[in-house]
Amino acid sequence: MQKLIKNGQLTQDYWTILREATGPEVLKAVPGKNFIVPLKFWKLYQEDLADYAGEVAIWLDSNENANDIGSELASFSLVALNFPIFSDGRSYTNARELREYHKYEGEVRAIGDVLRDQLYYMSRCGFDAFDLRSDQNPENCLTAFADFSTSYQATISEINPLFRRR
Amino acid sequence: MYQYDKYDHQMLAERVIQFRDQTERYLAGNLSDPEFLPLRLQNGLYIQRLAPMLRIAIPYGLLSSKQLRKLAFISKHFDKGYGHFTTRQNIQFNWPELEDVPDILAHLAEVEMHAIQTSGNCIRNTTTDQYAGVSADELEDSRPFCEAIRQWSTFHPEFAFLPRKFKIAVCGTKIDQAATQVHDIGVYLIKNSNGEVGFRILAGGGLGRTPVIGQEIFEFVEKRHLLTALESILRVYNRLGRRDNKYKARIKILVRETGVEKFRSLVMQEWSQIRDGPQTLTEEEIAHCKSFFVDPFYTEKDDAPEELTAALKNDVLFNSWYQRNVSEHKKSGYAIVTACLKETGVAPGDVTDIQLNYLAELADEYSFGEVRISHHQNVVFADVEQSELYAFWKKLKTKSLASMNLGLLTDMICCPGGDFCALANAKSIPIAESLQRKFDDIDELKDIGNLRINISGCMNACGHHHVGNIGILGVDKKGEEFYQVSLGGSSQNEASIGKIIGPSFAQDEIPAVVEKIIEVYKNSRQNKEPFLDTYRRIGIEPFKEKVYAKAD
Repeated sequence: MQKLIKNGQLTQDYWTILREATGPEVLKAVPGKNFIVPLKFWKLYQEDLADYAGEVAIWLDSNENANDIGSELASFSLVALNFPIFSDGRSYTNARELREYHKYEGEVRAIGDVLRDQLYYMSRCGFDAFDLRSDQNPENCLTAFADFSTSYQATISEINPLFRRR
Repeated sequence: MYQYDKYDHQMLAERVIQFRDQTERYLAGNLSDPEFLPLRLQNGLYIQRLAPMLRIAIPYGLLSSKQLRKLAFISKHFDKGYGHFTTRQNIQFNWPELEDVPDILAHLAEVEMHAIQTSGNCIRNTTTDQYAGVSADELEDSRPFCEAIRQWSTFHPEFAFLPRKFKIAVCGTKIDQAATQVHDIGVYLIKNSNGEVGFRILAGGGLGRTPVIGQEIFEFVEKRHLLTALESILRVYNRLGRRDNKYKARIKILVRETGVEKFRSLVMQEWSQIRDGPQTLTEEEIAHCKSFFVDPFYTEKDDAPEELTAALKNDVLFNSWYQRNVSEHKKSGYAIVTACLKETGVAPGDVTDIQLNYLAELADEYSFGEVRISHHQNVVFADVEQSELYAFWKKLKTKSLASMNLGLLTDMICCPGGDFCALANAKSIPIAESLQRKFDDIDELKDIGNLRINISGCMNACGHHHVGNIGILGVDKKGEEFYQVSLGGSSQNEASIGKIIGPSFAQDEIPAVVEKIIEVYKNSRQNKEPFLDTYRRIGIEPFKEKVYAKAD
């Protein structure tokens, strides 16, 4: 069953997440796939991956910082941010900083413990793709983005706070 | 007070629908306990010892008579006919049914009230001085800025899963009555050397296990930068606050472990990215917020009218109450009245549905239809005509609302404690009651003078025991309830954390212990020195000696 929401729709996922930072041979064994690899993995093996026949993107854990990616950031079509548990709120800040400070325009994907009741806030912080935890009801999750019709703050999805729009 | 427009109403209605759906999914077994937990907490709902507890926000302490009547209705229909005012300008109901909570929230929404973010690891209800806007010693009314903070912090998507709870207080008066320095962020309205009014912002204050006074992060920020400054602090905290140990997760620990210099530079780094951004307050917005907090239609009156002076002369009891419970108003002919909810035998802060309805009636008749709730768990009528004070006092008396112990020993702060709270180690309400019974002579209380006793049933310090002049903390010793006593705390401008006097006491020893402490004070005080000043002058030793002296 599809469990990736992108731009408000359920979509086919063409990416595979590499959870453990093992060695570059893991990717070489399946040439042509698109992999989302841990930041550490990419830092260690980016030279080995230069000629990899598939696309590579990276994911940050909640204790990592978007600044750690460095100048290569714009070359990735996707950055995934992990929620080790849904109640760890650090990736919200990372998403905002990717968009706001680094002006990152690619896909920002939520991975890990991604649940229906947090989707709305995630979308407001700059996430535009959501890899739902496997037990979530995808149809029900699609309704989450309409939980609220407006918001008070300046965020990524609404650049002006309500007081500038009233 | 602030009036909701279509946007506020709509978001609040959507919040009720959202929580109704979440509650239904939980009750149907489609949402697990740990996943429902933060959702219900951010709607004010705890699961307590006996039943759920619902904590409702009273933004910066203001309640209209219509809202009071709604609270009375809720306490009657969904609870057992009473509520409890907390130390952070909230009201709690201790007996609602989980299934009823969405309906209660819908009732509250009708009168522009809610339980949003009154609990959970998010930005909580912003609090301020209960005399804001009417106090004679005020630099500027803090409430418009509290409202700006309310809007900014409500449903803030980035800060709904902070390492721990986060509390903000704002103070615009000379005498700090909002316990500002023991908040995660404390905001003071100040005037800089150019005569411009802006904010001094502290961070890292807090009570709980590790009581700390906040440290200065912004010496002075212009008004328009208020929200971006707050956001920078929150962002550093959200990213770096500890998440490995819930007892070390408050911002006070981060500030301490990082060092205030380094912390400040991290905040400034964040701020440099967002200052002057869209969240910068506009002059129009500041004016808009201020437009809700204008003076009511005062009539031109003189101070000390005949009706008042005659009553003060002829009625000793009224005079006594007047001396304690009436404060100076900025407008001549008016007075600020505090109705003290500390009758002996009633848990501090508790209020019945009948009293809530009566408070509404009195507010309509005497104080432009509004009251305020103070962090000392009392009710303030901010705009009473001096000529009406005598009649007003007589009416308060009919519903047990005319206690004249405001600010005195028996005007205690007390958490619900082990009688209600699942976290508590010990009961706190019976301690308060035993002290009220021990010290039941008003002349004796007046002789002792201004004294703050704060009681908490556990380390979480909801009763602010660290900042009580006398603090009492319930502790668990091998399954038995004991009480630790500390001296010298204060939440006012010269804030300080109390010092523990020594080994803890059994419940029935507490009244005698407090009596000994008072005796030392009375024997040592110079002139009309209040308790705290005597303590600061002579130190803890004389008290210790007396309290732990072997009986002859």
